[in-house]
Amino acid sequence: MKKFALILISSVLFFTACNKNKLDCCVFPETVTVTLKFTHNWDGTPITATDFNDFKFTTENGELVSIEKLRYLVSNITLDSQIKNYNLINIGENTDLEINFTDINQGTNNLKFTFGFADADNTDGIYQDLNSVSFNVPEMMGGGYHFMQFDGKYKDTNNEDASFNYHAIRAVDMSDTNNLIFEDTSFEVDLGTVEITNNAIVEVKVNIAEWFKNPNTWNLNELNTVLMPNFEAQKMMSANGKTVFSLGDIN
Amino acid sequence: MNCSSKEEEIYTPIPYNLEIPTLFTDKLIAPIIPTNNPLTVEGIALGKKLFFDTILSGDETQSCASCHNPTNAFTDDAQFSNGIDGDFGTRNSMPLFNLAWNFDERFAWDGKEFSLENQALEPVSNPTEMNSDWKTVIEKLQNHTEYPTLFLQAFGTLTIDSTLVTKAIAQYERTLISGNSKFDQFLLGETTLTSEEQNGFDIFMDEARGDCFHCHGSNNNPLWTDNAFHNNGLDSNFSDLGLGAITGDPADNGKFKSPSIRNLAFTAPYMHDGRFATLEEVINHYSEGLQPSSTIDPLMKKVNQGGVNLSSKDKADLKAFLLTLSDFDFINNTDFKE
Repeated sequence: MKKFALILISSVLFFTACNKNKLDCCVFPETVTVTLKFTHNWDGTPITATDFNDFKFTTENGELVSIEKLRYLVSNITLDSQIKNYNLINIGENTDLEINFTDINQGTNNLKFTFGFADADNTDGIYQDLNSVSFNVPEMMGGGYHFMQFDGKYKDTNNEDASFNYHAIRAVDMSDTNNLIFEDTSFEVDLGTVEITNNAIVEVKVNIAEWFKNPNTWNLNELNTVLMPNFEAQKMMSANGKTVFSLGDIN
Repeated sequence: MNCSSKEEEIYTPIPYNLEIPTLFTDKLIAPIIPTNNPLTVEGIALGKKLFFDTILSGDETQSCASCHNPTNAFTDDAQFSNGIDGDFGTRNSMPLFNLAWNFDERFAWDGKEFSLENQALEPVSNPTEMNSDWKTVIEKLQNHTEYPTLFLQAFGTLTIDSTLVTKAIAQYERTLISGNSKFDQFLLGETTLTSEEQNGFDIFMDEARGDCFHCHGSNNNPLWTDNAFHNNGLDSNFSDLGLGAITGDPADNGKFKSPSIRNLAFTAPYMHDGRFATLEEVINHYSEGLQPSSTIDPLMKKVNQGGVNLSSKDKADLKAFLLTLSDFDFINNTDFKE
């Protein structure tokens, strides 16, 4: 009986002492929750939906612009060994600006995602939620999905309001409609390693001004609407997009 | 145990599953069915009876169907509908179909009503519509020979109120599904398009010509609307602020809900104010008639040229395509009629 009681007491002590915060006696991998938070700015000036519909930003080329709609897709969002398929971020509607990961291992983790869909994932009509919000690309252009819909107005050379539809898709050369030529203009955004020591919010900074800046200084007076079938414009967007995203604060 | 408790035990409404077209299940997320108003056979039947019953109006001359006629895809053929006293509203009656797929649940041209249930509340007391009041309507329903029993069967209570009335009507409205037009059949491989219809579809989908798809759906969005609010360049100065009057945001002035382009053959006149009598007028508007304003949607291209300047042939073909979205089964469906 004494022996049984001793075993019982020892077991109780072992299991109560061995919780996840005190691991002297045993090793459990510690997992945490990580939230990716996409914040938006124009060369450092924060942008939210309240900044829309107002001529308050100036492009590298000097055009004054008003943002009216901006939604974009990121896919294969990878942190640690976890991958989220895709996420449609809509700044104007203030929806899906955060992506949550649970059970992330503490320590050093790589963070990366794809802007838009890589060809392998860009299959026409298969994502019901994206169909439901009309994010599709016409079949005549190869189908699949937009990577970004960025609509607004700019002041043209006569200081008149003019529209722009900066819509990023997989580039398609339609000069021969019977022989479309595609180029995958999605791109990987590798934000490097992040040190996760506890539950954390990882900021992904999105500088919208970069879409008009680097390496291609974008002239809205020349490239404004009907950019989806513009093969060269799509490649320029893709090139400019690569400096849009950067790693922000980790809290 | 009192009587109502016994009755609640006796009547269990039969759950009802929507008959959803294949294209909808393939392409769209699930329809919105509120958890506090699940579809039932009895609830839908009651909603249908109420929808067609003039008991909801002040002088019992008008029902919901007076302005939302099944033959017209649940709108009417007037620019503005007149109420029981002969007064006219200021907006064109909206067609009713595929309402369960309005994912943001903002109804009416200006988005003022959140949820189908709430939408059904307003016309009863609107002086330019049914011009009644809910207290009177409820008294009439409560004293009716059939309704108390029907409410009991649908909702387990003999006590009628406006919440239950609108719940029943909303259940019926969610069954109004239109998904069997010629173009649907084409997408299912059951028929072919004429060359004119195919060219019209190409114009619709071409960003350089019609560019209609950004707001009005596509073969991958069989709703043929984004259910969002846009200023489509009807006016430079607004006599009706639309969404802006609801949100109070000047940036929303002149914005109205994009209607579905299904069933246009049955829903003339067009636009929120019914200003266009024909589809030709609608197409001409987008081609040459755009009016600039501070809130015009950036998707309205070449505004300073009046629009995208379609050729006569392209206009005719675009119309031919639009008419392939006419769903005759829908307007003739006896399940939807009185």
